[in-house]
Amino acid sequence: MATTISTPAAPPRDIKAALKEAGFAALVTFGLCIPIIAWGTRQNMENVLVLDQRWEAVAWAVAIVFVGRLLVVLRQQGKAERKSLVRFLPHGTFAFFQRHSGFFSALGLGFLITFPLIAIMLTGWGGALKWIDNFGVQILIYVMLGWGLNIVVGLAGLLDLGYVAFYAVGAYSYALLAKNFGLSFWLLLPLSGILAAFWGMLLGFPVLRLRGDYLAIVTLAFGEIIRLVLINWVDFSNGYAGISGIPRPSFFGIPFNASDEGFAAVFGLEFSPLYRTIFLYYLILALALLTAFVSLRLRRLPVGRAWEALREDEIACRSLGINTTNTKLTAFSIGAMFGGFAGAFFSARQGFISPESFVFMESAMVLAIVVLGGMGSLWGCAIAATAMIGGTELLRELDWLKAIFGNDFDPTKYRMLIFGLAMVVIMIWKPRGLISTREPTAFLKEKKAISSDMVQEGHG
Amino acid sequence: MTEAQPLLAVRGVKTYYGKIIALKGVDIDVRAGEIVTMIGANGAGKSTLMMTIFGNPQAREGTITYEGRDITKMPSHLIARLGIAQSPEGRRIFPRMTVYENLQMGAAVRDLAHFDEDLEKICVLFPRIKERLQQRGGTLSGGEQQMVAIARALMARPKLLLLDEPSLGLAPLIVKQIFEAIRELNKTEGLTVFLVEQNAFHALKLAHRGYVMVNGVITMSGTGQELLANPQVRAAYLEGGRH
Repeated sequence: MATTISTPAAPPRDIKAALKEAGFAALVTFGLCIPIIAWGTRQNMENVLVLDQRWEAVAWAVAIVFVGRLLVVLRQQGKAERKSLVRFLPHGTFAFFQRHSGFFSALGLGFLITFPLIAIMLTGWGGALKWIDNFGVQILIYVMLGWGLNIVVGLAGLLDLGYVAFYAVGAYSYALLAKNFGLSFWLLLPLSGILAAFWGMLLGFPVLRLRGDYLAIVTLAFGEIIRLVLINWVDFSNGYAGISGIPRPSFFGIPFNASDEGFAAVFGLEFSPLYRTIFLYYLILALALLTAFVSLRLRRLPVGRAWEALREDEIACRSLGINTTNTKLTAFSIGAMFGGFAGAFFSARQGFISPESFVFMESAMVLAIVVLGGMGSLWGCAIAATAMIGGTELLRELDWLKAIFGNDFDPTKYRMLIFGLAMVVIMIWKPRGLISTREPTAFLKEKKAISSDMVQEGHG
Repeated sequence: MTEAQPLLAVRGVKTYYGKIIALKGVDIDVRAGEIVTMIGANGAGKSTLMMTIFGNPQAREGTITYEGRDITKMPSHLIARLGIAQSPEGRRIFPRMTVYENLQMGAAVRDLAHFDEDLEKICVLFPRIKERLQQRGGTLSGGEQQMVAIARALMARPKLLLLDEPSLGLAPLIVKQIFEAIRELNKTEGLTVFLVEQNAFHALKLAHRGYVMVNGVITMSGTGQELLANPQVRAAYLEGGRH
């Protein structure tokens, strides 16, 4: 009870120290800004290098750092007194969401299923295409990749920096087999997953004994090797030029085109490219949900429990007789399989793929989604993917900012800056990711009796 | 003690870490129903022996037989299936998993058919665990973690339990409780225990027989009482170190 606890005298808030620290941070920023921001070089019409002064940008950066640091310091001082001056969310927000996770999952699912309808209703047939494709499909691809990588990184604790390799394997498997052999999307989707899983296993074998940093380096190299092979083995993959004209998926045999056999004609609708997009949206939604469903189920099976145990402590796993070799290989291959599914979907959606789509930045992005979301949390991944991918897409919509910053202002240029800033903020605010608590997978049968016992003893 | 074949026989085992030799030819017998302890200073190779029995690292020379089967080159997860369980050095509880889940992991080598029954037994043996079942492993005290580590190993229903320094870093009272539980298991269940310890006094009092290891070789062996009375052992491991 609060009355029985004697609170120690709270130290007075030290504004002066906070100002001093904020001033120091601002000074460091100023120092860093001089070579990076203050002078910009460009070539003018006569090919002469011109030095641009950008002191107002420096002033902005310094001011932002000063205020930000001041708030952080004041917040930390407040923490010592058990209350914080600056709170972003009311206390217990996350606990509230977690308690009602079932309800919010249903709500989220309902939203995802009705999203195309909502988009059409709000923006009309013309505007909906952008929202469903750029936001819906794009975000869901990353949600799916995040959930797939979550099996490897979040559950099994194997840091994989080359996840994009499996995405590439899936994409090229679909593209090459569909183009050269005319196989259907529905046959190639599982096949791409299997091929990616096979490559996951291939990567798994050499890295079995590695952990942490060393594992990260080898997986990073693996991702690059796949990309470089795709670039240089021109006979196979057409190199930099990529593969174009990849067959699009059909609606169970009915193509999405304007012909008489097309989807619109068969169902007696007016032709619109939107049908294909909506179909792709539901397809990736189904694939993402499959990924979520499988990883939720696997967590409750011995193999999933072994993954989590492996993440916690590999030596303990060995001493309990868990076959760590098989555990790691299954994690790699199942994670890779979902990457392969996503890759096949990606190439079917784009109709064109090239090694450009499978650069390290993609791996980093997916990994950032998993880490920022809180390793192992499906909700966290979904939120992080929505914020990061949706956020960068939203930057394209911020044309009104030109009214404030002038006509040269292009918000999309600040993508990486905001991305980095978001990472730093999350790592300060929630170092273990947005949703860091882990739901137990097994419970005692007489759960209630035990928990009331614990309450009695003051542990509950 | 019967003169029959021992449950676990270690013969001339040499283990290397790379080029460095850690065990220089070790011979040990553990007979069914015994508590056998191995005492020795830091870095003597006690833990290495325990890990070698469990197949990680594997012995480069010599043989390890368990129930008459050669397990020297067997991988750990197969050794675990033969009825050997290990509670590793430093407890190594899964910190983010609940105690209940930790115990489930202990039964990973078996089906979970007898899990509830075994859990009952464990809760009788360690009443503290019962209170903590829904708590995360990382939030337990050191003593509780050690109890969970032993309980986790027991969930595999082993015939032979390997315990690596169960008293490490624990308060004397807790050490007593844990050793009491080991004695109890040995008496009522007939569980064979091989115990590696630095806490020589308690370990030798508990054990039927003991070995002393120095620099990767066994220098002495005898019953627990004999070793306790031995002046050399007293000088090296007991004087001033009595808890």
